[in-house]
Amino acid sequence: MNISEFDDAKETTDDLIQGPLPAGTVAPDFTLHATPDQQLSLHELRGNPVILAFYPADWSSVCGDQLTLYNQLLPTFKEYGATLLGISVDSAWCHQAFAKDRNFHFSLLADFEPKGAVARQYGAYDSHLGVCKRALFVIDKEGVVAWSYVSPMAINPGADGILDALDALANSPQSTPAKN
Amino acid sequence: MATLKVPVSENDHRQGSAHAKVTLVEFGDYECPYCGEAYWMVKELQKHFRDDLQFVFRNFPLTTAHPHAMGAAVTAEYAGSRGFFWEAHDELYENQERLGLPLFRAIALKHGLSDEELYLAMQDGTYIPKIKSDFNGGVRSGVNGTPAFYFDGLRYDGLPEFNEMSQLIELLLVRGRNL
Repeated sequence: MNISEFDDAKETTDDLIQGPLPAGTVAPDFTLHATPDQQLSLHELRGNPVILAFYPADWSSVCGDQLTLYNQLLPTFKEYGATLLGISVDSAWCHQAFAKDRNFHFSLLADFEPKGAVARQYGAYDSHLGVCKRALFVIDKEGVVAWSYVSPMAINPGADGILDALDALANSPQSTPAKN
Repeated sequence: MATLKVPVSENDHRQGSAHAKVTLVEFGDYECPYCGEAYWMVKELQKHFRDDLQFVFRNFPLTTAHPHAMGAAVTAEYAGSRGFFWEAHDELYENQERLGLPLFRAIALKHGLSDEELYLAMQDGTYIPKIKSDFNGGVRSGVNGTPAFYFDGLRYDGLPEFNEMSQLIELLLVRGRNL
């Protein structure tokens, strides 16, 4: 094994140890481009649950299926008062074309510059591949992580975990989301 | 491990013996091209395993991506209410490139059903609760795209491909014999 292989191996291990930000952690605030000329900050959504779906790349088929499913579930998420945000390292222009092509009705945020900075804060960055992991977070109305999950890159995690987490929030006396 | 949260029951569209040793549940969208490919593969599995395999189809129309998926699902459910579910299911997949009102109407008429009743069912949303119930049960079971398959209640994460799936069925059959 040469030195560079050793370094790569170490980096991957660091990712494994770090894992996603666990439940109970305050969700780091961020401001990212939602469109080429509009930015969105996490704190603007305080008061209702937020679903963060980090995903590796626009246009890849597994992501497409995952986000198509979430797009279909927007009315269900809305019943919980929850906002869905997709996040990848693709640029705002790339997101715009992807969202238009797939008829998405939720924001795709560009964690583009510095690349993956927000994903790193959430423990959702794969520094070996240089893309976001397939990581899900449900953040409660106070801005605290209520649930997080990282799926293997090739496996679309579905939405059952998100809905279970939203159910738990809705049934929790401390953190009842504001229903629409 | 994602599991089927709504057990197979008499409310399902089932094909094959209820006493089959293995049950395969598919969540499908009539307009999804991957489901269209999987349709032929499932037929092969059924032909190969005969009475050992029961097949169940549940609706999972991704309507934001597929404008004809709901109309097709309603057509199959309407035909099903008159005893022709599997005929309509097969005709929809075998004519996937022609999905649309003319095909839905033709399917109804072919089986002596009323195209007017079908039209009313589409207008009134008669079968929407059943289709939504299939869909919601799928989401809660971890359906993550279409087609999604469950063997004996466990989500199958491999390729929707004959060899891989038939090997798994063989394994389940062997396990069943050992119990």
